[in-house]
Formats: sequence, structure tokens, C-alpha cells
Amino acid sequence: MESDEAAEHRMRTMVLEAFADTIIPGEKRGPDDAAIAGVDVGGGAVAGGAIDLLEDPAGGIAPALETICVELDEYAREHAAATGLDLDPDLPPFVGLPFEARTALIEKLTSPDHPDKQMWVGLALFCNMAFDSAPHMHTVDALASGHPGLLAMGYESPEPDGLWRFPTFSYGRQLADPHPSTTSTGSPA
Amino acid sequence: MTATESTDVLVIGSGFGGAIAAYHLAAGGARVKVFERGPWLKADDFEHDFKLGASYTRVFDFVIGDGMSVLGGNCVGGGSVVYFATMPRAPRFVFERHGSIGRRMWPAAISRDALEPWYDRVAEALPVTQQTWDRVPYAGGLFAAACHHAGRTANPAPSAIDVDMCTNCNWMMAGCRFDAKRSLLLNYLPAALAHGAEIRPLHEVQHLARNDDGSYRVHYRVVDEEDYRILHGEGTIDAKIVVIAAGAGATPVILQRSEPHLGRMPHAVGRYFSGNGERLNTAVFDEDRVREVLKLSRPDGRAYEAYQIGRGPTVASWDRLDGALPEFERYSLEQLYFPPALGTILAQVPDASPSWFGRGKKEMLRRWQSWLTIFTMSEDDNEGVFGPPPETGNAHRFSQQMLGHGPLRYRPTANTRRGWSLADADVKDILERDGLSRVMPWTNDLVGAYTVHPLASCRIGDDPATSALDDRHELRGHPGIFVTDGSAVPGALTVNPASTIAALAERAMPGIVRAAQDRGVAVTYGAPSPDGETAGRRAVAHLRS
Ligand SMILES: Cc1cc2nc3c(=O)[nH]c(=O)nc-3n(C[C@H](O)[C@H](O)[C@H](O)COP(=O)(O)OP(=O)(O)OC[C@H]3O[C@@H](n4cnc5c(N)ncnc54)[C@H](O)[C@@H]3O)c2cc1C
Repeated sequence: MESDEAAEHRMRTMVLEAFADTIIPGEKRGPDDAAIAGVDVGGGAVAGGAIDLLEDPAGGIAPALETICVELDEYAREHAAATGLDLDPDLPPFVGLPFEARTALIEKLTSPDHPDKQMWVGLALFCNMAFDSAPHMHTVDALASGHPGLLAMGYESPEPDGLWRFPTFSYGRQLADPHPSTTSTGSPA
Repeated sequence: MTATESTDVLVIGSGFGGAIAAYHLAAGGARVKVFERGPWLKADDFEHDFKLGASYTRVFDFVIGDGMSVLGGNCVGGGSVVYFATMPRAPRFVFERHGSIGRRMWPAAISRDALEPWYDRVAEALPVTQQTWDRVPYAGGLFAAACHHAGRTANPAPSAIDVDMCTNCNWMMAGCRFDAKRSLLLNYLPAALAHGAEIRPLHEVQHLARNDDGSYRVHYRVVDEEDYRILHGEGTIDAKIVVIAAGAGATPVILQRSEPHLGRMPHAVGRYFSGNGERLNTAVFDEDRVREVLKLSRPDGRAYEAYQIGRGPTVASWDRLDGALPEFERYSLEQLYFPPALGTILAQVPDASPSWFGRGKKEMLRRWQSWLTIFTMSEDDNEGVFGPPPETGNAHRFSQQMLGHGPLRYRPTANTRRGWSLADADVKDILERDGLSRVMPWTNDLVGAYTVHPLASCRIGDDPATSALDDRHELRGHPGIFVTDGSAVPGALTVNPASTIAALAERAMPGIVRAAQDRGVAVTYGAPSPDGETAGRRAVAHLRS
């Protein structure tokens, strides 16, 4: 049987995944996946590695995750009560919210006048980063392993030595007239 | 604590202001030490890697403030290591600006003409070169073509990149692996070392105190080389002259923290901060329209899809740098690349709610290679003010590297917002014509405004009430302390600032040498360019007295 601690960690992970999936949504990992809402095709922030990134000690947000999840659930309960939503008692409250409600709540938490805005924005930024730059992995490894975010963005691969070079890079012709008063040093007058 | 060392000149920070001072003073014969809070990396250390802990996060600094986030360098070479190396000179009207103080912000002694020979010295030293259309990367070409289509002009901007060595990898914010970018690691700093200057990385200066003989005691902490949140030993060093060049986000903080030891600071220390009126817009192009309307295509047949290719900003439009326009309505527009994360998070999806996350944002990211980012540099209102300094450094460090929270508060005034909205409308007009793209400005709701060009937080001027430094860059009321970095620039420049910061630092050198002589240091002014060229020196010879 799962220990209390393991169960708690699993619940916490679900809350973070549900948050990350609201930032950059992806497809469900299986029919029982409650954390990922499944509103989009392909991997989103969760498949991008949001949990690994959030838990990376280098990021600085890891020590706050416990509190973040407790608060997020608390806000979710309030939000559900205020909007007349029924929450599944077997799921953490935030996970129990449908995608639209998760979105509305995150918009509220990150709005300029929210007192804890900085924390929620920080959390969202890390989730975004997991998808669009995968800073918990070496970028060459992320590309080689088919990282969903970098792949979706069409991020080009490096040369075999792991460095990027673009030998063909220019339309090669003049495409506008320079400003008439450009000085002899090429600067504005 | 170990015994206090001593030196003739202590330079704080090794970016433009610090490197130029270190070179001239060391070449002139002074004993010079440079304390730099960041690590010392070289070309081989600069990785193409977004991983936390790679060179990118080691050399970069991102301080979130209240209403303004500041991005900068954190390494030997300072901002020159992470910057994009676009080096235009500031337009003539900039030096005549009044801002909101009812008088000319710049010292009477400085105009574009007066600064020209000093700009020349910088151009010779780095060097800065003019760029040609045949080497402009696709993104710059696309912006130029869109400007032309809208009846606007566009210029390849002068740059401190050796284009022959450049691979157009667009990793320059992590430091240039190929030494194509002419950072200070390749000119002023090695020349300073050759003349006996000593550079100490991972040395973060905390505050200054005055000694009885009029020299200064500089207090520092040693920063852990991997986890910058950890500070190791502390130490002190005495110097006859202190040159503070920690950047506009850090210099005023050091001075504020020194106030209990040095006595009252000029009112303008930590005030009048300018973000250079920065503002970003991101356009997502319709590839078919790029082909049909602008007649662009790459050798492989694609129209554009080349956001990732290039070397930061290469083409700028200067149509609104018109001295006849009212102040706060002049700005330049520059095509730019920002890598994922820093360059994607604040970008907004047109007509979508929420605009910066969710399904719409993911869809926008799927078209990332068709993005074009346009950088506005306008005239802001010097409205940034620093609150009480944090315990150490200029920020409370949050992540192991790069990310921290700082005391800067910025509330854009109506003047600043007017410039931004004119520029936003202009960008939209240029880039959305004939269905070329959809454009949205970056959101200011998440981390406030943002700048990679912090300026003016300890500025020069003729008026003691609104400037912290006199026109020789000496801190008012504190003889022997000079400030030569971006904080000395009086206000927004409407173009990239490093050329002007460096020219002002060059201009300040003869005066600092004289101050050192007056304090008994055996030093002379008159070093050639770091690589031995002498044209620049000849040209300023008559300006020294
Ligand atoms: C991504 C990016 C792109 C840019 N592109 C361009 C461009 O294309 N063109 C342009 O003109 N400008 C550009 N800039 C701006 C340019 O880099 C800065 O304007 C310039 O570097 C400022 O020079 P500075 O001397 O004021 O300070 P910096 O170059 O910032 O140097 C300050 C140094 O002081 C160190 N320091 C700070 N506090 C302490 C302390 N307490 N003790 C010891 N050391 C300390 C810092 O680590 C840093 O190395 C860019 C900036 C960024 C971030």
C-alpha cells in the first residue's frame, strides 16, 4: 500500500501538473489522467518536464511547492464554491476544476492587483520554460529525445559537435532604403 | 577578516565603464584592481545550452523589481559578453533633451559633436563596423522589406561583430563561442591585464567607507562560483580612487548602502532611473503573405521561418528619430531576436484571452520560426527609483543563478506611455499591412516593464539637484569616487546605449587620471587603442586639458 507521504506527494504532483497543463496544455497520458485536462494535441508543459524543472534545486522555487499547492487547492475550493462547481472528493480541488475554471483562476492569481502575484507568475514562468526551452535538460539532449516543446516550435538542431551554425542566413540583397541623414559612421544623425 | 590590501585604483564591475577605466589607468601606470561579482569565462566556456547552470545562466542577470525588470551581464566583461553588439551613436537631439526637469539634462559640455571623437575611440577599440545588406540575416531582411513596403526607411545598424567569424547561431546572449562578438574580453580587458591590472572574479562589492587620509576602504564578499545565493569570505581593500561601474542596476545600490559610512549621498543617487524607453512587440508572420507581398524567399524555397537564425538585432528603422518631433514621441524600431523563455513568455497572442498562456499561446509557439520581435527604444521619463538596498548585492537572489528580486520601483508616466503607444501603433502599421502578420506588444502585467538598457540612476549633469555626478563623472561631495557606467548617462537615448556609455567613459578618463595624479598616483593619460592603433588618441589629444 502507498504510504501517506507517497500519496501526498502524488497529490501534490497532480496539482502542479494541472497548473502546468493550464499554462501550456497537452494531451492526456491515459484514460485515467485527471491532472492533464487534455484540451490540446501533443505534449504540453507537463510532457515538457515542468515537474522536473520545478523540483530542480537550481530554480529556487522547489522549497515553495508545498505551500503553493496548499494555497492553490484553497483558491480552487473558493472558486468552486463561488461559481457553483462540484468538486470530485477523490481529487485535489485544483485538479477537480475543469480546464476553463483552472484558466480563470490562474488569470485571477496572476493579475496585477493580486497580493501574491509574484509567486503565481513565477510558477507560470517555470511551466512555460519547461515547454519552450527545457532548462532542466541539456538542449542537445532535449532535442535528441524529441522534447515536445522544442519540437513543436521547430527549434533547429545543432551540427554534430553540438553547436549551432547557419551557413545560409541572408536574403543577400538590399531590402530598404537607408535613412537619408545616416552619418558616415552608419549611425543616425 | 584578512589584512586590508591597498591599490591605487579599485574598479567595481568589468563592463564597459569598468573595462575602459581599468585599461587607461593601468596603461598610464597606476596599480589597478578590478572586482567583478560574476565568473570569468572565455569563448570555450560559452555553451549553446539552455540548461540551468550552463554559461547562459552563469553570465546573465535578471532582477525583477516593482514595475521594472532589469537584464544584464554578470561576468568579467559585463554586459558586453551577453549583449547583441549593436552600436549606433545617439542622435543629436538626445543631448538636448529636458525630460521633466525643465532644463537640459546633459551637462553643457556634452553634445553629439563633443562626443564624436570619443565615439571614434570606442569604434576603433572594439572595433565597431558598418554592416552590409548582403550579410543581413533573414529576420533583419524581413523587417527591412516590411519597412520598405510601408514607405519607411531601414538601416543595417553598426555592430561590434566580426561578421566573417559569426555563425549566425543566435546564442550570443550566452556569450559568443566563436569570438565573433567583439566583447570586452577581446580588447580593453586583455590590454588592461597586459599593463598589470588585476581582475578578480566572484568579488561582489557591498559598500565603501572613507579613511582618514581621504582614500576609500572597499568592502566585498566572495560569491560562490556555482550557487550565487551563497557568499563566502569577506574582505576589504583600500584605494585612492574608486571607479564604480557596476551597471545602472547596481551602482546606486552600492552607494546607498555606503551612505551610513560615507555620509550623505547626492539626491540623484538611485533616482531618475531610465529603462531607455524599452518596449517589445512580437509579430507572427503569414509565410504566404511574406512570399506574395514582400517577394521574399530563401534558397531552400521557404519564405521566412528563420526567427532562430542570426545575430540579434541587425536592422533598425530611424524614421522617428526626428529632432523636430516633440520630446517623448521619438523612438527607433529595431528587429531583434530573443531566445525561448526570456523571449517567449511575455509575448501575447492577438485576440486571445488569456493572452500569454493557454491554448492560444501554444498555437503561437508552434509558429515560433515565423516570429519577428521588434524592439522600441523611446524617451522614457526617468521615473525609476531605488528603494532601500537589499542585504547584499543589488538583489535578493532567488535562483542559484540569474534570477533575483531587487528594490527598483518604476511606474511609467503618461509621457512614457505615450511614446510606447505611438511606437506600438507604428509597429502594427508597418507589420500588419496587407495581412503580413499579426502583432502584439509584450505584456507589462507580469513582471512590469523590462529593460536590457538600464541607465541614469547616478547621472551626470550640471544641476546638483537632479544629477549625482558632475560633468567629469565625480560623485558630488565625495571626491575620488567616479562613476563611468550606464548609470552616468542622463536619460534614454532612443538607440542602443553601449556606444554612448563607452564614449562617455572614454571622455571621463583624462579627468580621472588627473584626479589620481592629485592623489599622488604616478599615472599619465594617453594610451593608444587597446590593439595599439593611435588614430583615436591623436584625435582626442587636444581635448584633454
Ligand atoms: C541581452 C542584452 C542585449 C544587449 N544588447 C545591446 C546592444 O546590442 N547594443 C547596446 O548598445 N547595448 C546592448 N545591451 C546593453 C549593454 O550590455 C549595456 O548597456 C552595457 O553593458 C552597460 O555597461 P555598464 O558599464 O553600464 O555595465 P555592465 O556592462 O552591466 O557591467 C557592470 C558589471 O558590474 C558587475 N557588478 C554588478 N554589481 C557588482 C558588485 N557589487 N561588485 C562587483 N561587480 C559588480 C556586473 O556583474 C557587470 O559585470 C544589451 C544588454 C543585454 C542584457
